[in-house]
Amino acid sequence: MGKHIILRILQAIVVLFGLSILIFFIARIIPGDPARLILGPLATNEQIKELTEEMHLDKPFVVQYYYWLTSLLQGDLGKSLYTRRSITTDLKMFVPATLELMFFSFVISLIIGQVMGVFAGYFRDSWFDNLFRVFSYIGIATPAFAIAIFALIIFSYTLNIAPAIGRIGLWLDSPPQITGLFVIDSILTGQWRTAFEAFKHILLPAISLAIANIAQEGRITRSSIIDNLQKDYIIAHKVHGIPTRIIIFKYLLKPSLVPTVSIMGLDFACLLANAFLVETVFMWPGISRYGVTAMLNKDLNAIIAVVLFIGILYSLMNLIVDIVVSYLDPRIRLQRGGI
Amino acid sequence: MTNRNSFINIFSKTKRRRSFSRGWYNFSRNPLSVVGMIILLLIIFAAIFAPYITPFPEHAGAFTNFREASKPPSSTYIFGTDSIGRDIFTRVIFGYRFSLILSIVVLALSIPPGVIFGLIAGYYQGTWIEIIIMRITDVFIAVPPFVLALAVAAMLSPNLFNQMMAISFVWWTWYCRLVYTMTTSLCHEDFVTEAKLVGASKTHILFREILPNCMGPILTKMTLDMGLVIIVGSSLSFIGLGVQPPKSDLGTMIAEGARRLPSEWWAAVFPAIAIIVVILAFNLLGDGLKDVFNIEEV
Repeated sequence: MGKHIILRILQAIVVLFGLSILIFFIARIIPGDPARLILGPLATNEQIKELTEEMHLDKPFVVQYYYWLTSLLQGDLGKSLYTRRSITTDLKMFVPATLELMFFSFVISLIIGQVMGVFAGYFRDSWFDNLFRVFSYIGIATPAFAIAIFALIIFSYTLNIAPAIGRIGLWLDSPPQITGLFVIDSILTGQWRTAFEAFKHILLPAISLAIANIAQEGRITRSSIIDNLQKDYIIAHKVHGIPTRIIIFKYLLKPSLVPTVSIMGLDFACLLANAFLVETVFMWPGISRYGVTAMLNKDLNAIIAVVLFIGILYSLMNLIVDIVVSYLDPRIRLQRGGI
Repeated sequence: MTNRNSFINIFSKTKRRRSFSRGWYNFSRNPLSVVGMIILLLIIFAAIFAPYITPFPEHAGAFTNFREASKPPSSTYIFGTDSIGRDIFTRVIFGYRFSLILSIVVLALSIPPGVIFGLIAGYYQGTWIEIIIMRITDVFIAVPPFVLALAVAAMLSPNLFNQMMAISFVWWTWYCRLVYTMTTSLCHEDFVTEAKLVGASKTHILFREILPNCMGPILTKMTLDMGLVIIVGSSLSFIGLGVQPPKSDLGTMIAEGARRLPSEWWAAVFPAIAIIVVILAFNLLGDGLKDVFNIEEV
């Protein structure tokens, strides 16, 4: 098991290294002079010359990449050409908001998706199952930005029960930074009103982000519950008169969750991608919105940094999923040479 | 995995007609897929003949009529009008054109290289060719494809062509991985060994023996991907990296409409529903094809 994990970590590092080459390469082969592209049409020749030297644009690609990589390993991602700050500072500022959103959305999709999937699968062809199938079909077919817009219209503008934009109301101060997650920080410091406000603000974006995953996870849980219900050991339990509740929670749930957990990596990818859209709609000050701003302004350094950061987050998540799956399914664990 | 016998039936010439009717039978047993197909045919028809069937074809481009601006849905403008007086229904139908062209071009550009690399990597399993190709695909899926497409599109100038290029650039890997997995298992089948023994060339084995057996899953994934590519494409446009005004696809329309919320809700809601309908239709059709080809998962 330990050996397997170390191997996976090494693989992830190699892949991330490859990703850095790929994204850096794309940023340099685009048509036109990058310096001209970044500074815009009004830049003077001196400014362009200065930036060309600063980014080593006059050197061959390999040399440029070498400079970039060495400063990256020292924690320096270069300067954002749009915010005029160091990108590392920018990331530190925007990452907590995204992590908070991801966390809430992940928890919501996990709980609701599983519960709905288990019920729909257990009571197959009931009214709930039919309703769930319609929901999951539509949930998968709807782009995240459309979900976000519908959520805004229904809950913010029509029912008026959730705030539309931002992380916290304008009249409240942000809580002191401990974890960077507003809800948790304000609970830790005992500011209950702030915690409640922050929670109200995160609910709508988190649910919009979660819908697609609820549909996807619920669908997979449902079909694996249906598969497992036909297995001999479940039928044997039923014949022996073991109560339904015990059958579901003790015998049915664990094997049925394996397929759901093993696609969790893909679910997380879905969250990371959709965050770009949901954060844009709700003006959530996270890394994805920062990325979108960078992209619309052709801020090459920041684009590279955001893509790499997302690559790292995604690899980490895949690693965790791998470990959890091998814990849940002894067959996989044993296949890889024991614990 | 797939049922190989059904593929052989489908792709051998003598039995093609009979297997077609059987395939249709399997397909039509799922009423939802038939509904999906009918919706799709209607949308494609409307998109092709958009200039003739829409009430205000001139509204698709740069057209202004401030007297009729921001009108709610009525009998003249069934989806309402946008902020400069253009009929949203007309623009939705024209928007379908962009969505369909985008997904067709992206798949046409990304499937052939994906399939060829997949075949080669699978056939040369265990050699450095396989290692190079598959490690490259690993790099491409190290971030969610949408994020990479977004980054590539952002570095190019925003227009429909570059949007297609950016999505194709990240999309081929999925076909590569699909065909690779199938090829590695098909390589050990008897018919491949026989073809090798009678001295068939490598191109013959790859394209005439192995490829036809991969067609079912490829076609099914293609149908499901049409919907996915439309999602990715409209998301890029929504962010502002796609079709530029005055023309607009559905994603751009939704982005324009979202700025006018909550008062002019129709400007965002109807294009959003339009996009859900076309994606839903492709997904339903794809599910039906899974039944035809006996595919569990793609």
